[in-house]
Amino acid sequence: MSLTLAEVEHIAGLARLALSEEEKALFREQLSAILDYAAALQKIDTSTIPPTATVLPLRNVMREDRVEPSLPHEDVLANAPAAQDGYFRVASILEPS
Amino acid sequence: MHLHELTIREAETLLRKGEISAVELTEAVLDRIYAVDNAIKAYLTLLPEVALEQAAEADRAILAARAAGESDRLSPLMGIPVAIKDIINVEGVRTTCGSRILENYLSPYNATVIEKLLAAGAVILGKTNTDEFAMGSSTENSAYFTTHNPWDLSRVPGGSSGGSAAAVAADECLAALGSDTGGSVRQPAALCGIVGLKPTYGRVSRYGLVAFASSLDQIGPLTKDVEDSALLLGVIAGHDPRDSTSVDVPVPDYRAGLDRTGSARPLASMARGHQNRATAPLRVGVPREYFVAGLQPEVEAAVRAAVNTLHELGAEVQEISLPHTELALPVYYLIAPAEASANLARYDGIRYGLSLPGEEPGGTWDASCRRTRGEGFGPEVKRRIMLGTYALSAGYYDAYYLKAQQVRTLIKQDFEAALRQVDVIACPTSPTTAFRIGEKVDDPLSMYLSDIFTLSLNLAGLCGISVPCGFDAAGLPIGLQLIAGAFEEPLLLRVAHAYEQATEWHRRKPPL
Repeated sequence: MSLTLAEVEHIAGLARLALSEEEKALFREQLSAILDYAAALQKIDTSTIPPTATVLPLRNVMREDRVEPSLPHEDVLANAPAAQDGYFRVASILEPS
Repeated sequence: MHLHELTIREAETLLRKGEISAVELTEAVLDRIYAVDNAIKAYLTLLPEVALEQAAEADRAILAARAAGESDRLSPLMGIPVAIKDIINVEGVRTTCGSRILENYLSPYNATVIEKLLAAGAVILGKTNTDEFAMGSSTENSAYFTTHNPWDLSRVPGGSSGGSAAAVAADECLAALGSDTGGSVRQPAALCGIVGLKPTYGRVSRYGLVAFASSLDQIGPLTKDVEDSALLLGVIAGHDPRDSTSVDVPVPDYRAGLDRTGSARPLASMARGHQNRATAPLRVGVPREYFVAGLQPEVEAAVRAAVNTLHELGAEVQEISLPHTELALPVYYLIAPAEASANLARYDGIRYGLSLPGEEPGGTWDASCRRTRGEGFGPEVKRRIMLGTYALSAGYYDAYYLKAQQVRTLIKQDFEAALRQVDVIACPTSPTTAFRIGEKVDDPLSMYLSDIFTLSLNLAGLCGISVPCGFDAAGLPIGLQLIAGAFEEPLLLRVAHAYEQATEWHRRKPPL
């Protein structure tokens, strides 16, 4: 199965990856080859097989809803590219109108 | 005696008797690093000053224990210099994950395994090289440099824990931690001629391990021999409330469980489990699907000889079938990238890591994010993020991701059925010995095939170990993989140890 360039661009958009034209072409080829390989799975009848999301029998592991010490504010902001007044500073999310 | 050549157990004995000091030991290992790491390039970050302080601290603790007659209460890791794969957080130290996107990220906390090592008095030498975000089988995907195999510097050490494996093989540490998602501890252990263990999923806390694929990742020890593996596993294993996928199962004394009877046939009475089988021979299963085209003939010969040794040690060997083996690769290369695409979404230039402005000044965060990720991630990481995103996207989720999860169930069931028939499974770890640097970088699929014998274990969540079982004509190490059921590490280690003690492979050192 061959991915189209438009599909590659769509996936890159979903994954928030800016790709060069060469990368798009290379990935189109490589991803198509890998997906072809994955097509082998289609031949298996899994109609009665439950999916395995985790190998453990654990589900919804909870703890007491009690406030406990956590990572101090300064440590949380220590690696921030831009911090201000205890917040992470980011470029605007919305397009300027 | 070259101190850097010691195993954890040998060093432990000498430290407790006061014949060597922890500082001497750490100095000797640092000298070894300075002598060989320019050629091997195992380390990304070296911490000599901190290591020597930790060693001095360990010496104080050892002296105090000796004075109080309590030397045997010391942790076996007291004063032992270890290396940590650069995908595990060590507070105050750079954790790059082999990526440019985290080039200057300083860990604000210690992973649980690091807290345990520090509490045990271990000395942390530094952070070792890894394929970017643990994605790879050769350490060539590191954004920084490639690590060289100590047995032949023109070859890869395997991956993704290649730095850790090379460091152990070259005596640049007494032991190391790596992580295994599809074989990343076992395969480099095989290629570097050392011992690498992947614990059962949930045995070791993942808190502080930078996530690649959350349902597959496990931290594992890389060591010079099996006893050391048992020692290190004992220190890092255990339930952790901060990791909701860690299991509350007691940690046995793995070292005490190793057979010391000196029996010539230790496997003749090593069957797993129930009382009425306690004096029955160990049943070893050899999966027919693992002995197919693509397996290097010398690897096959060495592994079959190793299985024969298990038989001579008293085991009963039979052929078994893991019918869905062939599907492990496509299943893994849908599930792991899907989980990775979710886990790597956090690298968005906001809270940490590389943050590049978008192409247009005064642009939006979206543009900045795309550019940061486009330039900060290497090609293999981007490839897997794309694959994973596609497999999870609307219209394709059922055909790819869900389908892969269903086949994962079949693979898991294969192992469960086999392990009702036998106690452990024996097979090759890697289809080939170490390949040349650059040989597979341009063909991702060919690189993925390096993990064909290790992937299934992560999908099934069981435990497995690679131990040296020979060398090929070029002098490159070959690994035997042993697999046991969930939380059967005591049996796995006993069997591995019995095999190792009947052979001399683990005593050979690379010709550096």
